[in-house]
Amino acid sequence: MTAKQVRELDRVVIRFAGDSGDGMQLTGDRFTAETASFGNDLSTLPNFPAEIRAPAGTLPGVSSFQLHFADHDILTPGDAPDVLVAMNPAALKANLPDVPKGAILIVDTAEFTPRALKKVGYATSPLDDGSLNSYQVHALDLTGMTMTALEPFGLSRKEASRSKNMFALGLLSWMYGRSIDGTVRFLQSKFATKADIRDANITAVKAGWNYGETTEDFAVSYEVKPAPMPSGRYRNITGNLALSYGLVAAAKQSGMPLFLGSYPITPASDILHEISKHKRFGVRTFQAEDEIAGVGAALGASFGGSLGVTTTSGPGVALKSETVGLAVSLELPLIIVDVQRGGPSTGLPTKTEQADLLQAMYGRNGEAPVPIIAPASPADCFDAALEAARIAVTYRTPVFLLSDGYLANGSEPWAIPDVESLPTIEPDFATEKNHGSGDDAEFWPYIRDPQTLARAWAVPGTAGLEHRIGGLEKADGSGNISYDPTNHDYMVRTRQAKVDGIEVPDLEVDDPSGDARLLVLGWGSTYGPIGAAVRRARSAGHAVAQAHLRYLNPLPANTGDVLRRYERVLLPEMNLGQLAMLLRARYLVDVIGHNQVRGLPFKAEELAEVIMKEDDQL
Amino acid sequence: MTATDLGMPGLAGVPTTDVAQNKKDFTSDQEVRWCPGCGDYAVLASVQGFLPELGLKRENIVFVSGIGCSSRFPYYMDTFGMHSIHGRAPAIATGLATSRPDLSVWVVTGDGDALSIGGNHLIHVLRRNVNMTILLFNNRIYGLTKGQYSPTSEQGKITKSTPMGSLDAPFNPVSLALGAEATFVARTIDSDRAHLTSVLRAAAAHRGTSLVEIYQNCNIFNDGAFEILKNRDTRDEVMIRLEHGEPVRFGANNEHGIRRNPATSGLEICSGDDPNVIVHDAQAADPSRAFALSRLADPGTLARTPIGIFRQVERPTYGDLVNEQVDQAVDNQGAGDLAALITGNDTWTVE
Ligand SMILES: Cc1ncc(C[n+]2csc(CCOP(=O)(O)OP(=O)(O)O)c2C)c(N)n1
Ligand code: SF4
Ligand SMILES: [Mg+2]
Repeated sequence: MTAKQVRELDRVVIRFAGDSGDGMQLTGDRFTAETASFGNDLSTLPNFPAEIRAPAGTLPGVSSFQLHFADHDILTPGDAPDVLVAMNPAALKANLPDVPKGAILIVDTAEFTPRALKKVGYATSPLDDGSLNSYQVHALDLTGMTMTALEPFGLSRKEASRSKNMFALGLLSWMYGRSIDGTVRFLQSKFATKADIRDANITAVKAGWNYGETTEDFAVSYEVKPAPMPSGRYRNITGNLALSYGLVAAAKQSGMPLFLGSYPITPASDILHEISKHKRFGVRTFQAEDEIAGVGAALGASFGGSLGVTTTSGPGVALKSETVGLAVSLELPLIIVDVQRGGPSTGLPTKTEQADLLQAMYGRNGEAPVPIIAPASPADCFDAALEAARIAVTYRTPVFLLSDGYLANGSEPWAIPDVESLPTIEPDFATEKNHGSGDDAEFWPYIRDPQTLARAWAVPGTAGLEHRIGGLEKADGSGNISYDPTNHDYMVRTRQAKVDGIEVPDLEVDDPSGDARLLVLGWGSTYGPIGAAVRRARSAGHAVAQAHLRYLNPLPANTGDVLRRYERVLLPEMNLGQLAMLLRARYLVDVIGHNQVRGLPFKAEELAEVIMKEDDQL
Repeated sequence: MTATDLGMPGLAGVPTTDVAQNKKDFTSDQEVRWCPGCGDYAVLASVQGFLPELGLKRENIVFVSGIGCSSRFPYYMDTFGMHSIHGRAPAIATGLATSRPDLSVWVVTGDGDALSIGGNHLIHVLRRNVNMTILLFNNRIYGLTKGQYSPTSEQGKITKSTPMGSLDAPFNPVSLALGAEATFVARTIDSDRAHLTSVLRAAAAHRGTSLVEIYQNCNIFNDGAFEILKNRDTRDEVMIRLEHGEPVRFGANNEHGIRRNPATSGLEICSGDDPNVIVHDAQAADPSRAFALSRLADPGTLARTPIGIFRQVERPTYGDLVNEQVDQAVDNQGAGDLAALITGNDTWTVE
């Protein structure tokens, strides 16, 4: 065996692409896990069709997984792949436009039959017609080699060819010096009960690795050193998983059992799936008949003193609005998780968007303010869930947690927090009558804490504190039905004041030079792409400030000051300018939007161009 | 003594009190605002009069309602209560009852609330058999919105929204509930306090969802809707009182009976002394007989309307099963360890 050359790189973007049935998400997940345990910083972007098995070999059926890893800290899954692994002609055709010239293409030739080529509109095979001359093409019969390696197992052709993704994983693992030990362990436990499938897959991974090691086709392998990260214990985590853990943690920190009422919807269902696995935490999950029942049951559980949560995406939020309004009126804690996807209507179920902000903010009848918190990265979903619970419980209010498809399925390394350091959440249930004295003493559910304006909350089972609440307007204090005009005016303003007064940390600005005239503002999942773009602009000599809003309602107290401090404020959003509209209305600042609704996160390079152009105008 | 010892498994786990209670203890200080003469008053009085009998701690009783005249009910009960939104009370009560097995949960709803806007939640709560008692006030009209026809109104009903007569066929709530896998289904009448109370007693005792349809007079928008069943001169001829284990007979002198028609397999009227008069079995596992009984009533005139308990069978409740799974998970895997959960088994350490 010849010792091969090893070339050092500081960062790499790899995209695995194939049919939805080719196991590209699993391949990506495994490469990610190997990369994470190697110690690189990383960020991932799965991209898959809404159809479970779109017709094989077609462009709509292509599923991909992009992974960016580096020896330094990174913020996005990368704009353009340095390596594209394409398992069929459709995957090549669908992804090639994103691949810069000079990049590496690893293509499984097995599927390049005249029929398959024709299906996606290739008149001639791109592998033969010279159209890929400006790429480094490795045209390999991955399927064939997999089948050869698996011959001893006596599997059917179909079964054997299914392991081609593991062969590809093994090859890429060799190319980038990742250990496949973790993947072998993973396969051992995943297929513990199916010995032949387990052994076939393990053999395929190893065969892929050995192929890289021995073949002449790959003269070099690459090394991306571990990234320096703060010391601690890390794991890789997706947004949906972090969010699920955050909710379980919030229940523990509040001493309130978690009740999740939910109706399946992409891309939120995985939270329901995940939490359903953790009944040993005293968690109750309820798959309801529809989203209205999901949020209704959660609110009913809240009324009984549970931490009531409902998880959904935009269309589900539309159905839940009336119940969220009831929660505003009842002043009970409730967490509504909206994992946003492309809209309107069914829209783009598996793609990301930020266009539910105004729905969360205003999508209810009457003056019905609801706090909103939006995590900035996959791992941040954990903290955001705890924060949502803190606000919901402390202030007796529904809270919107606005995640999105990119955060939900994307992943990054997470410094696992010490559970002892997690904040405690104090439900502070009422146990005593709070109005009048002696024989006349009563419990009044709408007497408020003067500081937080939170109302007194007594749960069923508390002797002597029996009371009725409902969606009709309530008299201040007693909570009895009241149609009094002055009382209604007071109650509307008080509910608003309560939300406005929620304590949230100030908006922090990152302006290293202190000379910036342009502020780039963002919220939610655009944090990574904006951060990466700002870095690019800075390294190109632009003094640019960056700030990111995690709290959308109420906004941090210093938001207006921050906005007014800069000559120009640029706000990239994956919608047509929803936060920009809120900020303009609220602060009379001429916030400039940069808007895209392509179902994909912003690309750092493009965004950097926009930022530099804005800055040049100043 | 616990509620289970009293033969009331529906209330198992709900704490009881030895302190004697009376109707006043269940009467809140809120002024009742139904129209004078409304049938809702009679039901309220019956419920308030009946609850002391259960000897439950008042603070462990919750009334949840939707929207409608009848749904104002919780405000008048001195228990915990929630007046929620239109049609959603069964869903809200599902979350409450499932997470708090120590509560006695009651839902109060109307024919519009339960069968129109909330129809979906109603059938699903019945199918799941969540432990609660649903009082469905059927006045065959939308009271609160001032008299539009409802999903139980007879076809051809003239209302403000149907000046030429309503066109759609009504639901029979009992048939609907039986079709939705309900384990306890009964019908009673607002003005018949003794019958209403006996049905409430059985409903409370039942573990699972008890659906009690209460024919309730709306004297403003649908006065006399059930007159034929209430009037001394007519009721014996048209109303069939179901008693478990008793022959199904009616008429002032039990001169009519119900028997099976072998040709159609349906039920038909026969003479009271016909040897084939059926004996009512509310506990039959197969709901077909109960369903056939529910179909006897004429949806227009209400002739041949059975009242009483149609079905009363045992099936595990959703809440009990949910809580069993939680206990089982703890037994099998130990109580959850948050640090272990969030750490997972694929970690690396940076020094
Ligand atoms: C979402 C919504 N739609 C409509 C209404 C108006 N509304 C209130 S009560 C009602 C019908 C009530 O009829 P029913 O349930 O039979 O109760 P009743 O008043 O007859 O007791 C309607 C349509 C509402 N409150 N909420
Ligand atoms: S409108 Fe009818 S149902 Fe409503 S309170 Fe008056 S009488 Fe009763
Ligand atoms: Mg009605």
